Amino acid sequence: MRRATWLVPALYIVFLMLPIYWLLCMSFKTTNEILGQFTPWPQNFTLENYRKILTDSTWYMGYVNSLIYVVINTVMSVAVALPAAYAFSRYRFLGDKHLFFWLLSNRMAPAAVFALPFFQLYSAIGLFDTHIAVALAHCLFNVPLAVWILEGFMSGVPKELDELAFIDGYPFWKFFAKIFLPAIAAGIGVAAFFCFMFSWVELLLAKTLTSVAAKPIAATMTRTASASGYELGLLAAAGALTIVPGAIVIYFVRNYIAKGFSLGRV
Amino acid sequence: MSTRTVNQKAWWLVVPVLVLVGFNAIIPLMTVVNYSVQETFGNNRFFFEGVKWFEMVIHSARFHDALKRQLLFTAIVLAIEVPLGVAVALAMPRRGAWASVCLVLMSMPLLIPWNVVGAIWNIFALPDIGMLGWTLNKAGVDYNFTRQPVAAWATLVAMDVWHWTSLVALLAYAGLSAIPDAYYQAAKIDGASAWAVFRHVQLPKMKHVLTIAVLLRFMDSFMIYTEPFVLTGGGPGNATTLLSIDLVKIALGQFDLGPAGAMSLIYFLIILLLSWMFYRVMTLGEAE
Amino acid sequence: MARIRVEQVRHSYVPRPTREADWALKEVDLEWADGGAYALLGPSGCGKTTLLNIVSGLLHPTAGRIRFGDADVTASPPGERNIAQVFQFPVVYDTMTVYDNLAFPLRNRGVPEARIDPRVREIAALLDLEAMLPQRAAGLTADGKQKISLGRGLVRSDVNVIMFDEPLTVIDPHLKWRLRSKLKELHQHIGLTMVYVTHDQTEAMTFADHVVVMHEGTVVQVGTPVELFERPRHTFVGHFIGSPGMNILPCALDNGVARFAGQPIRTANAVARAPAGARTELGVRPEFVRFASAGIPVRVAAVSDAGRHQIVETRHGDTIIRLLVDEAERVPADSAHVSFDAAFTQLYVDGWLAGAGAA
Repeated sequence: MRRATWLVPALYIVFLMLPIYWLLCMSFKTTNEILGQFTPWPQNFTLENYRKILTDSTWYMGYVNSLIYVVINTVMSVAVALPAAYAFSRYRFLGDKHLFFWLLSNRMAPAAVFALPFFQLYSAIGLFDTHIAVALAHCLFNVPLAVWILEGFMSGVPKELDELAFIDGYPFWKFFAKIFLPAIAAGIGVAAFFCFMFSWVELLLAKTLTSVAAKPIAATMTRTASASGYELGLLAAAGALTIVPGAIVIYFVRNYIAKGFSLGRV
Repeated sequence: MSTRTVNQKAWWLVVPVLVLVGFNAIIPLMTVVNYSVQETFGNNRFFFEGVKWFEMVIHSARFHDALKRQLLFTAIVLAIEVPLGVAVALAMPRRGAWASVCLVLMSMPLLIPWNVVGAIWNIFALPDIGMLGWTLNKAGVDYNFTRQPVAAWATLVAMDVWHWTSLVALLAYAGLSAIPDAYYQAAKIDGASAWAVFRHVQLPKMKHVLTIAVLLRFMDSFMIYTEPFVLTGGGPGNATTLLSIDLVKIALGQFDLGPAGAMSLIYFLIILLLSWMFYRVMTLGEAE
Repeated sequence: MARIRVEQVRHSYVPRPTREADWALKEVDLEWADGGAYALLGPSGCGKTTLLNIVSGLLHPTAGRIRFGDADVTASPPGERNIAQVFQFPVVYDTMTVYDNLAFPLRNRGVPEARIDPRVREIAALLDLEAMLPQRAAGLTADGKQKISLGRGLVRSDVNVIMFDEPLTVIDPHLKWRLRSKLKELHQHIGLTMVYVTHDQTEAMTFADHVVVMHEGTVVQVGTPVELFERPRHTFVGHFIGSPGMNILPCALDNGVARFAGQPIRTANAVARAPAGARTELGVRPEFVRFASAGIPVRVAAVSDAGRHQIVETRHGDTIIRLLVDEAERVPADSAHVSFDAAFTQLYVDGWLAGAGAA
C-alpha cells in the first residue's frame, strides 16, 4: 500500500484536469467542428474564438467589469474587517459574542433569498447596474468571512505586543499600521484570497444587479448560450479565460495554500 | 483569548462592519418579511394576509419535493466529498516540490466561476459531442442527462464532487500538516498500525478542520444555485430542481412575492437550524 | 537489556554532502554499558538529537553501525529495537484514557488483556498516576503527560533502553526537579539503560553517571561529572560546564613550561613542545584561582554577588581572569595578585588537553 499511495492524488488530479482539458480543447475548435462530431483534440486548430473575445468589447468588458467589482469588494471587505477583527480579538464588550455569531450567520444566507430584495433595494437607491452595487452586495458574505479569518490570525499575536507599543508612546493608528499589520500579513493575504475567490465566482447576485454597464463575464456567457444558439467554441474560450485570474492568484499564493487554509486557527 | 479587557468603546471599531453587513442583511430581510405576510395584485398595493403564505408553502407539495431533493443532494455529496477529501489529503506527500504541484492543481476547480463550472460539465456530458457523454454511450451505457433524471442526478453529483472536494482536501491537508512529527515517531515506537495511527493520532488532530469543512460543505451545498441551474436548468422536468432554483423561479421568474418571501424565510431558518445542530453534534465533548 | 555500541557513525541531512559543515555527525564512536545512566550534553545544533534518533531507529545513519548487544540493528525499525523514547513535548493519545494510553503499546503487540492490567497498574503506581487512570489523557498537566509518555515506555517488559530528548522543556520550573528526581529514582529502581539528551548542564550532571559532551557533531569528552569538571579534555568542555566557565588564558610554551604574564605557571599536565603555530592556552576554573600576596598582577574590574560566593572579574592587560571568593571575604579594591592551584591548572594545545591526544 505504501508505494501505491501516490496513485490516489494522481488519479484525483487526472479526474480534476479532464474537464478542464476538454474545455481547452473546445476553445481551440470551431463551433462547426464541435457540433459535428466528437474529437479528442482539435482537428482544425483555431484561435478564432480567442480573437473574437479579445477584440469584441461586449466580451472583454465582461472580464473588466468582473475584475473591477471583485477588487473593490476585496479591498472594502478587508478594510472594514480589520478594525472589527481587532475589536473581537482584543476586547470584550456588550453583545460581542452575539454580534460575532450574527455576522457568521450571514455567511449561511442563501443568495437566492436575497436576489429579489437586493434587486429592489439597489434599484431604489439608484445603484442598479453599477460595479459598486455588486461589490456592496458581496460584502454580505465576504465581510463576515474576512472578520472570522482575521480574528483567528490576530489572536495568534500576543497582546504584549500592543501593550509594548503603547508604553513606547505609539498612537493607536501608527501602532496598527506599522507594527500590527506586518505581524498578521499572512492573515491579510488569506482573507484577501478568500474574498477575491468568493466574489469572482459568485453569479446569481452579480447577474441580478447588473444589466449592461457593469455586466460581468458570467452574464455575457449565458447570453451566448441561449440567443445565438450554442456558439460552443466561443463559450469555451470565454470560460477558459475566466480560469486565468484564478490560476494567477493561486500561483502567487502557492506557498501559503497549505498554511493559509488553516485559517490561523488550526 | 482570556486576556481580553472590557472596553465598550471597541464598538466604534465594529461600526463599519455593522453598517455594511447590516445594510445588506437587515433591509432586504425586512423586505422579505414584508412580502411574506402581504398579498399584492399589482399596482403596488399590498394587503396584510397574516400567515397565509407560510401555511401555503409549508403545505405545498412543490416545496416538500424541492426540500426532499435538496436533503438527498446534500447527504450524497457530503457522504462522498468528506471521505474522499480526507483520503486524498492522507495520501499526499507532506512536503516537497510534488506537494506544491498537487496543491496548486487541486485548487483550480475552486477558482472557476460557478457558471463556467456548470457550462463545462454541461458540454462535457453532452451525449453526442461531449467527452464524457460520448465515451459513456460508446461504452454501451445509455446516457443522456438532458432527458434521464437518474443521469441528471449522477452528473450533478459528479460535478459537485469535482468542484468542491478539493476544499475538504486542502483543509484536511492543513490539519495534517500541523501534526508534529513526534506523534508519528511515538506511534512507531509504540508499534501502532497505520489504522491505529489514523484513528488515534490523525483523526483527533483533524477534528477542528473537519468540522469547518463539513459545516462549509453542508451550508454551501444546501444553498447551491448556479451550477445546477446552468447544468440542467432544474430539469429534466423538475428532477434536479433544488431549493434555491425553485425559490428563484418563484421570486424572479413568477414574481410571486408572497410565497417567495415566506419560502425564503423558511429556507433560511432551515439552514440555520440544521447548521446549529451539525455544529453542536460535531463539537460535542470538545472542551475549548 | 543490552550493551549499546555506536560504531563510527556519521550522518548528513544533505543528500550529497560535500563540505564539513554538511555533516550533522562527523564521527561518533561510543559504548554504553547495560543499565547505565548517560547524558548527551551540548549546545543546540551539536548533533545530540540526531545521535539519539539514530540510536532509537527513527533516523537511518549515512554511515556506521549500531549494535544492541551483539546484534546489528542499524536496519531495524524502532518497533523492533525494544527502545522507548520520551520527546521534548508530551505526546499522548488525547482521545484515550490514561489507562488506555499505558496499555496501548502492549495491545499493539498482542499481549493478552489479563497480563496488561497488572502491568499497567504497576507502572502507574511507580509514576504516581494511579488516581488518574480512568481520566482522559488530554486533561492532564504537562508533567502528568510526560509521565504518561514515560509510562508507555516502561510498560513494555522487553525495553532495552529509554531515550529522553530534553523532556523537561515544557515543564514548570518548580515541577522540573520533582520529575528529575523521579527519573533518577526510577533508574535506581529498575536499572534500565537511560540516555538523556539536554543542553542544560545541571540536568545532565545531576542525572547521569557518565556525561557525553558533544560539540559540532563530534564527541568531545565522555566522563563522570567530576571528571568533566576537574579535568576537561577540551577548552569547550571547560567553558561549557560550570558557571562561570573555566578561564582560558593564552600562554606561551617555553621548553615544557607554560609562561603567562612573564611568569612560569605550574600545570597538572605537561608537554615538551607544541607543534609550530599551535595555539597554547591555560585552563583554570575560577574555583581554583586565589588572591595571593605574590603572583600574577591584576586589576579588579567587577564584583558580582552570587549568594554564597562572589564572582570577581579581574584583568591582566586585555585578558579576563575570574575567581570565586567567599561571600564574607573582602575583595581588594584596585590592584592585586592572583595565583592558580597547580593541581587544577591545565595546559591546552589547539583546544585539546596537552598530552592526552585529540579525541
